[in-house]
Amino acid sequence: MTDMGFDLSEIERDALTEIVNIGVGRAATSLSVMIKEPVQLSVPKTELLRRVEAAELLTGFASAGLVSVGQEFRGAFSGQALLIFPEANSFELVRAVLGEGMGLEEVIDLEQEALAEIGNIILNGCLVVVANMLKRGLTMSLPQVTRGSGHAILAAEDGASSLEPVLFLRIEFKVAARDIEGYIALLMDLPSLASLRVLIRGYIDNLGSEAAGG
Amino acid sequence: MDRTLLVVDDSKLARMVVAGILGRVQPGWQLVEAGNAQEALEIVRQGRVEIVLVDFNMPDVDGLSLIASIRETHPDIPMAVVSANAQDTIIARARALDAAFIEKPLKDDALKAFLSGAALRLKRASK
Repeated sequence: MTDMGFDLSEIERDALTEIVNIGVGRAATSLSVMIKEPVQLSVPKTELLRRVEAAELLTGFASAGLVSVGQEFRGAFSGQALLIFPEANSFELVRAVLGEGMGLEEVIDLEQEALAEIGNIILNGCLVVVANMLKRGLTMSLPQVTRGSGHAILAAEDGASSLEPVLFLRIEFKVAARDIEGYIALLMDLPSLASLRVLIRGYIDNLGSEAAGG
Repeated sequence: MDRTLLVVDDSKLARMVVAGILGRVQPGWQLVEAGNAQEALEIVRQGRVEIVLVDFNMPDVDGLSLIASIRETHPDIPMAVVSANAQDTIIARARALDAAFIEKPLKDDALKAFLSGAALRLKRASK
């Protein structure tokens, strides 16, 4: 997508992917500690899309409905971090975290708030790395659990905002032993992208000077 | 000597995790739970607890503000912030309030290390 008037250069995109990769690596470690199983990650994909196109991608991931835990982040750059998986996986994920000793009813009772806490830990794990590497503080909102299509999750159901361009970063994760799969996604609007670009350039420049200094 | 620990977290799951770890690493200790800052302040005011663990990301009052309030009246009580939000600035604010920072997901070793340090500090203070 090149007609939106803004995009990252190849090196900037590489740097962003690298930072997010480290962040998501930490998020996956957190998930792995919570469920005591290995977590596999895909390579992050970064695309500049309209909000509605990002929503279509997510809906295509699970036609039977999705669950997301979302957290807004604000600071030098702002956006939304999301943990997304098919609704059919939600119960299994909560059960994996609570452990086998827990009764069915207890798991059902705790599902919603457990999802929020699991999302909070995973998404914070990722965002903290981004904030610390770019040396900028971020304020994170409380986690919010949403169920429905990709359109509902990304607030892209109608109106002008659905056509708004966003930077959409997504990484697929899998827990093979539990048959759980999902996405960790970051969504940023264009003004944020401009500030983020400045920070990424600073990060790249620092890499250069650190390398030169040995 | 067995101690009493307060855990403040709006998430029941998170409080269950603390209860589980405490049962493994300090089985004789008592756990008191609070789901929000107001409840926590009341429990601390009553003098029912000796060590405090506080979640950072809570509705209404964040964990560091709660720790700052408790610090005003309890300058020596051992406290820790427990959070997945391990940003440099947050860890620095915790240190400035003389509170430890323990990262979520909480692990047995990390909580055990904090509790041992806290017990030692309480022992020294009582001498």
